[in-house]
Amino acid sequence: MADARALPRRRFDARLVLAGGWLLVALLAAIFAPLIAPQDPLAQDLLFERLPPFWMQGAEPGFWLGTDSLGRDLLSRIIYGGRVAFIVAFAAAFAACIVGSTLGLIAGYFGGWADRIISRIVDIWMAFPPVLFAILLVAVFGTGLSSVIIAIAVIDWTRFCRVIRAEAMGQSRMDYVENARIAGFGRFRIMLSEVLPNVLPSIVALLSLEMGIAVIVEAILSFVNLSISTDDPTWGGIIAEGRLSIHQAWWVLVFPLITLFLTVLSFSQFGEGLKARFDPVLR
Amino acid sequence: MTACLDISNLSATLSNGQRVLRSVSLSVEPGEVRALVGESGAGKSMIGKAVLGVLPPSVKIVEGSIRLEGADLGALSAKERRRVIGAKTALIPQDPLTALNPSRRVGPQMTDRLVHILGWAADRADKRVRQLLDEVHIREPDRVMRAYPHELSGGMRQRVLIAAAFAAEPRLIVADEPTTALDVTVQKQILRLIAQLQKEHGTAILFVTHDLGVVAKISQKVTVLYAGKVVEEADTAALFADPQHAYTRALMAATPKYTDPLASLMPVDEAVLAGLAAEIAIADHDWRPSLDRKSGHG
Ligand SMILES: Nc1ncnc2c1ncn2[C@@H]1O[C@H](COP(=O)(O)OP(=O)(O)O)[C@@H](O)[C@H]1O
Ligand SMILES: [Mg+2]
Repeated sequence: MADARALPRRRFDARLVLAGGWLLVALLAAIFAPLIAPQDPLAQDLLFERLPPFWMQGAEPGFWLGTDSLGRDLLSRIIYGGRVAFIVAFAAAFAACIVGSTLGLIAGYFGGWADRIISRIVDIWMAFPPVLFAILLVAVFGTGLSSVIIAIAVIDWTRFCRVIRAEAMGQSRMDYVENARIAGFGRFRIMLSEVLPNVLPSIVALLSLEMGIAVIVEAILSFVNLSISTDDPTWGGIIAEGRLSIHQAWWVLVFPLITLFLTVLSFSQFGEGLKARFDPVLR
Repeated sequence: MTACLDISNLSATLSNGQRVLRSVSLSVEPGEVRALVGESGAGKSMIGKAVLGVLPPSVKIVEGSIRLEGADLGALSAKERRRVIGAKTALIPQDPLTALNPSRRVGPQMTDRLVHILGWAADRADKRVRQLLDEVHIREPDRVMRAYPHELSGGMRQRVLIAAAFAAEPRLIVADEPTTALDVTVQKQILRLIAQLQKEHGTAILFVTHDLGVVAKISQKVTVLYAGKVVEEADTAALFADPQHAYTRALMAATPKYTDPLASLMPVDEAVLAGLAAEIAIADHDWRPSLDRKSGHG
């Protein structure tokens, strides 16, 4: 869809390439973690505890980013931690996106009582503080990957709903929607064939942004030990451990933080870049 | 012979009770062009929207009927009404920029109705649209049909919309100020194009305009509208030769050269308007106690 549309202006977009590049590298590393990770991320070795990163005095070959206070290889743990991060990012963001965009499209396009009901639900929903809401949900569902995903989707669908509702509302007043009515098309078909293509760029941008947000929320939940079991490495979990040994081994805190930051930033920039590219008018 | 379009005693109000149409009657015979002329805010577009079944939700029809080739739209179910309107009418819109979906290619937007509403085979619809593009003098149908609307000029888009309107062979086309949003140089061409296609296809047109010059050029019959009320109705030639109503005369006096299609209306004499307002207030009296003239204008 984007291909032919982007043809006349296929210029180099540094933002899209850099963000997409980082995400691709991080995603591939996570998928092929068993092949790529230099060490077993769970293997403890007290002889190798708190090794510094490779350029510092006392570094050991094979432990590129050093080790934590149990002697586990930091790079391998970060690579494996990406698995949880990406699974949560994709699953939670898609779930939030499908629920939120569908309701937003219906509310914005149909208006009337459908809009009143959906908007009221969104208002009530957003009255809950999100992090408390997440902790509450995880407490109810129990910890584990799927409850983290459900918690994020349950909280963040409103973000999609509000934006897409506003855009669909603007679209529904456009003349081409009226033309489709005159031609004899039904409201539902018009929503899908006339309105949806115009809000799609925003959906894509929000989806990518939401993936970044999901990564952060998962990290926060891991940080407060409410995410998945503590054995599997997660970025939030590594950061939490790193915080305890900040004075002896700063790298355990800093490297996962940088990874997290770059990933979240890349998701949001990638989304914005895609939106600009998708949009036939915006240039 | 049944009229192609027959509107009788149509009245409509806004949700606050303000009247936008006052007992409007007009008819369009098959193959005829009827101009609907009046100042901005007179309710011309409302009549068009009422015929096409796309009145804004805030506007309610309170009396009267609209018949399309004899079928009373008000008496039909919503679904049946959509089908009748979809099969018999088309719109040439005012603003070609917003009338095409920016996210969809032009070709499918033109064939949509033929394929999905009228049930034509895809290749027949494609052929038909190409034929119409040729009739509106578009020389590269492939390029235009593959293009997104923003890749075409305003004049090109209006040609596309004219072609799309005629493609389904509607019985009636509502043209709502189809040249107003265009460059002055393009207006004449587009007007000529509509006149030409109208003759060739024999389609009846309700031609909405605020421009007497356009009326003179394109229509056989005229209805003059003021504040939602029909003040005069005549053959075009007769109207220009001998306007009956003071408002019509004032309109003509205000148009420097009404045969010049590029001239637009100048303000009508205040005294004439005051007289009209009083006249409407009296006519409305039993319906609504008072008429706020100012709020009658959008
Ligand atoms: N969507 C709408 N909702 C309510 N009132 C409207 C709407 N559109 C137009 N009106 C009012 O209806 C009247 C007639 O408008 P319109 O038919 O657009 O005039 P014209 O086409 O002759 O310029 C105006 O007074 C205008 O303010
Ligand atoms: Mg109008």
